[in-house]
Amino acid sequence: MALNRWLIAILLLLLAGSALGAVEIREFEDPVTKQRYQDLTASMRCPLCENQAINDSDAPISGDMRERVYQLLQDGKSDTEIINHMVQRFGEYILYNPRLENRTYLLWGIPVVLVLLGILLVVWMVRARRNASATSLSTEERARLDELINRERSS
Amino acid sequence: MFTEMIPEVGHFALVIALLMAAVQAIMPLAGAATRRPLWMAYGRPMAAGQFLFLLIAYGCLTASYMLDDFSVANVANNSNTMLPWYYKLSAVWGNHEGSVLLWSLMLAGWGFVASIFSRQLPRDMVARVMGVLGAVSVGFLLFVLVTSNPFDRLLPNMPQDGADLNPLLQDFGLVVHPPMLYMGYVGFSVVFAFAIAALLGGRLDAAWTRWARPWTNIAWAFLTVGIALGSWWAYYELGWGGWWFWDPVENASLLPWLTGTALIHSLAVTEKRGSFKSWTVLLAIATFSLSLMGTFLVRSGVLTSVHAFANDPARGFFILMLLAITVTLSLLVFALRAPRVSHKVGFNWLSRDALLLINNILLVIMTVTVLLGTLYPLILDSLGLGKISVGPPYFNALFVPLMAVTSIFMGLGPVARWKRMAAKELYTKLWLAGVVALVLGALIPVFYGPEWNVWVALGMLMALWIVLPILRDIWDKTRNARSFGAGLKKLSLTYWGMVLGHLGVAFTIVGVAVVSHYNIERNVRMGPGDSVEVAGYHFTMTELSSRRGPNFLADTAEIEVQRGENGRQFTMQPEKRLYLATGMPMTQVALRAGFFRDLYVAMGEDLGDGSWAMRIQHKPLVRWLWLGGLLMAAGGLLAVADKRYRRTRVRQQKYASENTGASSSNRASKEALA
Amino acid sequence: MKRRLLLFLPLVGFLLLAVFLYLRLSEDPSYRDSALVARNFPEFEASTLEDPDRRVDQSVLTGEVTLVNVWGEWCPACKQEMPQLLDLADRGVRMVGVNYRDTREKGREFLTEFGNPFELNIFDPEGDIGFDLGVYGAPETFLVDADGIIRYHHTGYISPADVSDTIMPEVEKWR
Repeated sequence: MALNRWLIAILLLLLAGSALGAVEIREFEDPVTKQRYQDLTASMRCPLCENQAINDSDAPISGDMRERVYQLLQDGKSDTEIINHMVQRFGEYILYNPRLENRTYLLWGIPVVLVLLGILLVVWMVRARRNASATSLSTEERARLDELINRERSS
Repeated sequence: MFTEMIPEVGHFALVIALLMAAVQAIMPLAGAATRRPLWMAYGRPMAAGQFLFLLIAYGCLTASYMLDDFSVANVANNSNTMLPWYYKLSAVWGNHEGSVLLWSLMLAGWGFVASIFSRQLPRDMVARVMGVLGAVSVGFLLFVLVTSNPFDRLLPNMPQDGADLNPLLQDFGLVVHPPMLYMGYVGFSVVFAFAIAALLGGRLDAAWTRWARPWTNIAWAFLTVGIALGSWWAYYELGWGGWWFWDPVENASLLPWLTGTALIHSLAVTEKRGSFKSWTVLLAIATFSLSLMGTFLVRSGVLTSVHAFANDPARGFFILMLLAITVTLSLLVFALRAPRVSHKVGFNWLSRDALLLINNILLVIMTVTVLLGTLYPLILDSLGLGKISVGPPYFNALFVPLMAVTSIFMGLGPVARWKRMAAKELYTKLWLAGVVALVLGALIPVFYGPEWNVWVALGMLMALWIVLPILRDIWDKTRNARSFGAGLKKLSLTYWGMVLGHLGVAFTIVGVAVVSHYNIERNVRMGPGDSVEVAGYHFTMTELSSRRGPNFLADTAEIEVQRGENGRQFTMQPEKRLYLATGMPMTQVALRAGFFRDLYVAMGEDLGDGSWAMRIQHKPLVRWLWLGGLLMAAGGLLAVADKRYRRTRVRQQKYASENTGASSSNRASKEALA
Repeated sequence: MKRRLLLFLPLVGFLLLAVFLYLRLSEDPSYRDSALVARNFPEFEASTLEDPDRRVDQSVLTGEVTLVNVWGEWCPACKQEMPQLLDLADRGVRMVGVNYRDTREKGREFLTEFGNPFELNIFDPEGDIGFDLGVYGAPETFLVDADGIIRYHHTGYISPADVSDTIMPEVEKWR
């Protein structure tokens, strides 16, 4: 593990001297393609860096990947084709937007389930509380109950 | 002679502080359990002593930095004789060891302040609060002394000069960002201590929540500012104008902020209405636990992140143990001591109680979602199911709709009454606000920005729906006063705090929506004499020059900017720097900040023929993002200044009894009838 | 009683999380397998470093278990791992290099200076083959079996220990 870290340090040092930059001047036929280019490069993770999208990183591999995305767009490939092209080479790891599949059902599902549970909880609680308000306690009763509860707690 | 001993003095002071923290943890808690006033009285002096000795320790480390004592490993690794004095001061917390020492100092500081401001509280409550804070301190001071001692020496082979402070950290934003964040994290320890003390003492009534509220607000305000500063720093220093990356380390700070926000609201319900008692306690525990977990995630090497500290599994293990012990004990106390019986405080569908319940559930769902997205890749990896990444598209896809739903209820909450409210009254109050929000929300993007955009319209709608009902409410509340000014004066500071806080959220929403969709970015080739037009501004490069800075070489571009044909002219000077010591190239962005837009010019690469690749961006309303954060923080602080938190104990009790459910609900229903 | 048990839920949830985080402490978050393992070596057509007129394609990698090393003159770690690669060649492993993002002169100088364990070097000045291999930083090493299928992937520097501990066993396994 220590060795691996050392290695990464070396890899990162390699980057420093590299001549590739992050600002490329690209021509697009239409604004839609430009937007697609921006969205695609924003949603792919640089495989070398700690945690950066390829449009955000100076790493040479990010430059190569941006160039490839641009080329594929020029070739008229669809977004899915471009994404598949990249995943084939660099793995699912580079997708910031993980695909919906067996292993990611819970990732997408849990928030949805939580929302449903939340709705149920609110309905259930308000119903319970609404009935409680019918038999609400007077101030004296409440004070006595408070006292009882406190006595139970502190004993 | 004496200066050579400074690190030893600091080390020794740390040990004494640890011993005092241990006494502070044990004696008052034991005293409260056995009802011995003398033992309980240990809390305050020990808190003061611990704070004093940590100040000494921190002062010693700072002195070592200022005196360039490179025999201290920490100084040698993070400072340099050439470093300006103010960066020497901030270098103290620009590294792991120093920042944990700062953490501990702040913890002791919060404890000391809490001991001063708790004079009106019952003796056993104070004792328990001090005890819990002492116990947390013991954990952190042990962590410092055992795994992260900042006073370790490099003797006898001390270096002539230190390695430099990372150039990224030589920046004002990063000087103030960590202390703010830590003040927030640590501040929640006081709220946590109050919650545990209330559980231990069996006094889970409205009283503890009233004591805890100001502390929660202050800690939350610090955390808000800390997060906003971090985002601002990333904007101008790290990336290409991005301000939030859903990076694990950012998420780690967002988690306690979300539960802290939920806590602020649930404390209000518990104080006013006496309901949600267990829930509020649980949130207080969760908020501090998530602060600790953030520290763990950042410093243990479990995650890959741009911002993670130099990692060390031994430290990770220690923090994990600290986290495990703290959270297990507190949740155990919670499970055993939370009230079994609770009086059901009634409320109806249309009531502030129900709306705040929904707010809390939404905030908890957001918290779980962020935590899930952050940890899910790790879980899959551990199960051998491969490596995936969860990034901005995932979080945005879930966060935007959750925030939209939340804003619906944020519009309703401030105007709703406690307990119950007639639907007709709510409708009368809100129909106009709703119509105006819908119309303006749809129209503003027509006139503002390059094209109509549904997300900007949604953002406007959300923000207007948050703000307009509040305006209506203020108008309603001041309508019957002699004059408008007199009416405004009658509104409490707590109320104004809420107004500012919600206004801040609205500002942030507008900023996010507009800058995300109306941001204009152009990459162009520019040489001296070249001109380009972006978003109505003319950018003309007049000069390219090279200069030598104190520790870097730079290529500087001089760019004349003019709005339209006859607008005011100004210059922008982006730079490409090469830091000599590390050989690191860095882009120095030129920013022209404004309330309605930022202009952002960055130099890319030398294209060889005397021209450079330049990135020029027009970022409308980007400042609103952070302005919103500042407004939220200001709201949190304003509420603390409210008179009622300064009342004496006698009056507090009176206040508590007159404010319990039944009487106020009678009042509410009378008002509703009238 | 039921309510009391409910109150223990947060504790249980947290303990699960803590155990999980504890297990994660001993893992390296940056370690990743190549997406190409168990797939065919990508198709290519290129000249060799040694002879600009000699064209080769992926079929040069079939017939025998081959270790493909992606290297460049500009990469310090590549220099450091050359003794290990020479050692592997001595042990009878067939080695093929991919000269990645380099010029012919520099690549040849490198081999003269540090030794040449490779049967041949595929010249990849634009990094296209490297890209198809999913290489994101040299050196990277791929083990290709006799059928031309990638079986094992090593990211970064190969240490002397790696040679006997991981590389040789993998080579034996797929022979």
